[in-house]
Amino acid sequence: MVPDPHPLHEVNENQCQVCMPLGGVMALKGIADSMVLVHGSQGCSTYMRLSMVEHFNEPVDIASSSLNEKQTIYGGEENFRKGLDNIIRVYRPKVIGVVTTCLTETMGEDTGRMIGTYLADRSLHGIDIIPISTPSYSGTQSEGFWTAVRDLIVYYTTTVSPHEGVNIIVAQISPADTREIKRIARLMGVMITLVPDISMTLDRPYGILYEKIPPGGTRREDIAGMGGAKATIQFGYCCPDPLSPGKYLEEEYGVPLYNIPLPTGLMNMDRFIRALVSITKKPVPQSIMLERGWLCDAMADAHKCLAEIRPAVYGDPELVYAVSSLCVENGAIPALVATGTTSSRFSREILSLTQDGERQPEILEQADFSGIGATAAQKGVNLAIGHSGGKVLTERHGIPLVRAGYPVHDRLGGQRILTLGYTGTLSLLDTISNTYLEEKYRTYRQLRRTEFYDRGGVIHAET
Amino acid sequence: MEITGSIPSGGVCTPCLDERQNSVVTTGKTKTRIHCADDSLAGAVSQRACVYSGARVVLNPITDAAHLVHGPVGCASYTWDIRGSLSSGSGMYRNSFSTDLHERDIIFGGEKRLAACIDEIVRRYHPPAVFVYATCVVGIIGDDIIRVCREASERHGIDVIPVESSGFISGNKIIGYRAAAHALIRLITPKEGEVIPKTRRVNLLGEYNLGGEKWLIERYLREIGVEMNVACTGDSTVAALKQIPGGYLNLVQCTGSMHYVAKLLEEQYGTPSVDVNFFGAYNTAESLRAIARLYDEPGMTERAERLIERETTRIEPEIRYYRQKLEGKRAAIYVGGAFKALAIIRQLRELGVDIVFCGTQTGKQEDYEQIHGMLKPGSVIVDDANPAEIERFLVEKRVDIMAGGVKERVLAHKLGVGFVDHNHDRKECLAGYDGAVTFAREVFFTCCSPVWDSLRRQPDWEVADGT
Ligand code: SF4
Ligand code: SF4
Repeated sequence: MVPDPHPLHEVNENQCQVCMPLGGVMALKGIADSMVLVHGSQGCSTYMRLSMVEHFNEPVDIASSSLNEKQTIYGGEENFRKGLDNIIRVYRPKVIGVVTTCLTETMGEDTGRMIGTYLADRSLHGIDIIPISTPSYSGTQSEGFWTAVRDLIVYYTTTVSPHEGVNIIVAQISPADTREIKRIARLMGVMITLVPDISMTLDRPYGILYEKIPPGGTRREDIAGMGGAKATIQFGYCCPDPLSPGKYLEEEYGVPLYNIPLPTGLMNMDRFIRALVSITKKPVPQSIMLERGWLCDAMADAHKCLAEIRPAVYGDPELVYAVSSLCVENGAIPALVATGTTSSRFSREILSLTQDGERQPEILEQADFSGIGATAAQKGVNLAIGHSGGKVLTERHGIPLVRAGYPVHDRLGGQRILTLGYTGTLSLLDTISNTYLEEKYRTYRQLRRTEFYDRGGVIHAET
Repeated sequence: MEITGSIPSGGVCTPCLDERQNSVVTTGKTKTRIHCADDSLAGAVSQRACVYSGARVVLNPITDAAHLVHGPVGCASYTWDIRGSLSSGSGMYRNSFSTDLHERDIIFGGEKRLAACIDEIVRRYHPPAVFVYATCVVGIIGDDIIRVCREASERHGIDVIPVESSGFISGNKIIGYRAAAHALIRLITPKEGEVIPKTRRVNLLGEYNLGGEKWLIERYLREIGVEMNVACTGDSTVAALKQIPGGYLNLVQCTGSMHYVAKLLEEQYGTPSVDVNFFGAYNTAESLRAIARLYDEPGMTERAERLIERETTRIEPEIRYYRQKLEGKRAAIYVGGAFKALAIIRQLRELGVDIVFCGTQTGKQEDYEQIHGMLKPGSVIVDDANPAEIERFLVEKRVDIMAGGVKERVLAHKLGVGFVDHNHDRKECLAGYDGAVTFAREVFFTCCSPVWDSLRRQPDWEVADGT
């Protein structure tokens, strides 16, 4: 295929993101006793289910109001109400999140009003129904996720008396990552309210009674008390202020906000620990220091290998920022950093990571894999880090891929990928190094032979 | 919550939703006819997809065409390279192009953007055809994709085919198959004055070359003396599809998606059609015999019988081994179309497995009657089942193994039930004699895996309270 002198700009070729309501669903799945209704036609919700099932290897039930042509013309309220009725009968949830789709947003459906009438007519007690607006034509799953988390917090928080707890608002991370954050908080002796908590809901251990709504998740009572917490730690470094749940808690309830990157990488994890220390004034336990020590030891061992890597990092802005930072501090300066969305903070923060260095990464926003692939090839990228979409980079450009983020649908264990904390960073670092080494050892004999033997040993010989 | 290590035997089973009661029947008991033409029930977590998805599934395997999804980016990103269709040539079909509509396009219309996207694709890749799929939003904002496609087609001198697949028309994929059928007919209709000469070759409709199935069937046909014209649409090209009118006979495999196309082809080009089914040894043999009968050429029936005899003997020992292991196991089936369900029922029965629960997303009344006739009394048949129903029947019917798609897999595993994939993104060939062995082997692997015993083993220690 002859490369085009003008890169594509109108058409999106091989997507780097999924859609906005899915981010909302992801957040809602981390709320205890919750169900989701996707207001739109059946396909959107089935696709979201499929996508999440493939990643988490868990049953993920997402209901749809299943609009058909008639309702699309005359309004979807009847189906919407029927949908709520049926969810309540089958699932008996305490919380129902209603996310919209491009279709219902375009139709101008007012889910807030519809919920109000529904609740008034049914006189239901103990069930909260929360509207969340997620038109995918104006955002990706990242924006959908923050919108949902923020709307949930806005819905539940009330003025409460101050308490010793600390809010932790996470970005889109894996169940394994979520467990790691909780473990660290436990080691530090900090009481936390973690939102959203998918550690159990999207990764059920075998052997527990199978229930339609999985156990676990953040309880709504706990969210209600977030306004009285000592502080909020939010892994929303690139999250724009209007979507930022932590910002809301700060402005509305005066809860001090530590908006920091995901704790992937030594520097970022140190920031997380430092935040916990400065909030709680507690000393850091030896066991955490040991974990830090093991990470540092591994960094020393790996640094030369990592220096040879020119990574491409892509996906959700939070993950991309944190992983890029990990790469930079280990001397593997990213050649390319990309996200399917766009955010005012993203490029600025990525650039500030590398401003002292000689090499700057190429930054792509609203990227697709046609752009990422072309730039990667041109920049000599030799390893990529991101979700399964990057398999095309391997297929077409021979670039090995370290899978992280969402979705990972072509390998097992998307729900278990651990990249946070000193321990998670260490395992990610090892995976990066070893993926690179595997490729290196597979190819170096032939490469050296071509370089020095086939060309007659003459350095810089003309071919 | 308590971790017991015992079999998670399901929560309290909720009864079926009232509105769904006519969608569930028990063989030998219920008198009412199953309701299957209903729209999916709101809030019931249907496993169905959308019209667009139905259309995309049918057309996507056309290897050298560009597939452009006109709509917001998500519809495209969920369907990027999700089928296991293989290609002997171009890989163009594995790309997912989207017009990526933004808010301003929703307000002002997306036609300009669509035209620009088509232009870019053509300029960059020179595909022989571009399929343009309409998604729900496009249906609402009223873009005239037919006109945009016609103009683009004139501009570039290639086929730019609109696929009218706004998903909200119905949650039922069948409507999507219709939309795909119309798009296909549009593509293959010869230009004014052009005549496609009739040949002795066959078209194989409803074959998508998952795991190389088309290639295997082509070999069988060649061996008995029949050349394949083109498969619709597995491993096909735009040029090859345009030769469809030259086919002598249409073999129709996936009834759900292709009967309609066969009907149109018969009306327009007088090509007769016959149903075939290459899933399972029995079906494969019957199909080859039927083809040989229709050709009525000297020696063909003998060649077919020789092939059947040779292959049957070849796979017999392995199948017998699996049958011994599987005799009396209990199976559930939940798949997209009835064609597939019927094929799986037959194959499982060839392995001595009883089917106790069977459902489809898109089956028709006749299909369900046929399924009904093939199952033992007391089995459950469900149209458009939801996870709650699947869970309930897996537990109630003490199922050992389930056949279905990805969404069912994780549920089955959670309940300690074995699983075989029979979905669009599978990597294995399940057709013909080789496929019959692969299928049997998969059923055996999952049904008789040591994993289930390990999971059931109860630890004998005491478990502390609390965390
Ligand atoms: S918007 Fe329509 S076409 Fe797109 S996935 Fe949803 S139902 Fe299907
Ligand atoms: S219509 Fe919108 S919400 Fe539905 S799949 Fe497409 S992008 Fe996602």
